[in-house]
Amino acid sequence: MADDLLIPITADVDVVTARQRGRDLAAEAGFSSGDQTVIAAAISEIARNILMYAKRGEIALSVVANGDRQGVVVVARDQGPGIRDVPRAMQDGYSTSGGLGLGLPGARRLMDDFDVVSDAGKGTTVTMKKWRRMNA
Amino acid sequence: MEVPILKQGHYLIASIQSALTDADLSQLREALIERVGRFRARGVIVDVTALDVMDSFAVRTLRDIAHMARLRGAETVIVGIQPEVAFAMVQLGLTLKGVSTALDLEEGLAFLNVQTQLRIDRGPGRLDRG
Repeated sequence: MADDLLIPITADVDVVTARQRGRDLAAEAGFSSGDQTVIAAAISEIARNILMYAKRGEIALSVVANGDRQGVVVVARDQGPGIRDVPRAMQDGYSTSGGLGLGLPGARRLMDDFDVVSDAGKGTTVTMKKWRRMNA
Repeated sequence: MEVPILKQGHYLIASIQSALTDADLSQLREALIERVGRFRARGVIVDVTALDVMDSFAVRTLRDIAHMARLRGAETVIVGIQPEVAFAMVQLGLTLKGVSTALDLEEGLAFLNVQTQLRIDRGPGRLDRG
């Protein structure tokens, strides 16, 4: 699966760029404006997580088809410190940064599929997808 | 990009024109809190009609503005949250609890007129609300 769009995340302007590109891609793929907003909000949360915890990383955006479904795939990668306790980081209100602790669990609620792979000392990859029926 | 802040009577109106970075949001917070004192403002309106996404940082900053302005003697109302934005905020778990909101600028001004009149009637320094 080729990455259609790659957005480096190194500063707060990149968070805005990433969510705008995500919204545009979702619009092109035929998602409703409500879903576009949901996807953009989820991207905003995980892009900010990259900045807060890893300082730098990247977000890859692509569109996939699966039977009669079409999906926007967002992959956020960094080579930061990793998440020591992934299940705990997925709980509402848990934060090691002094934030609201809504980033990961909030993004998971917004998206349909959500997966976190993290190695302490090596980095974190978050993969999330939002689906829509193609004939809808 | 800097958010323009207009002074209208006893109120300050910050009208967000485009997507804001975290630094822009923090700058807006500092500017509003400083201007509440400089212009002796009784009310603050933040118009977010143009915002197409509100994430946790934006919501936290708006909440901070409202709480800090209240500590400085001014009421804040957030106006113009779009339907899709409201939907995504609730899904994210962001509620703006303790912060006044109104549908649009007109409703926000009407709300502030009532709130600031109440303040004058009851006297200043009440913090037991909201």
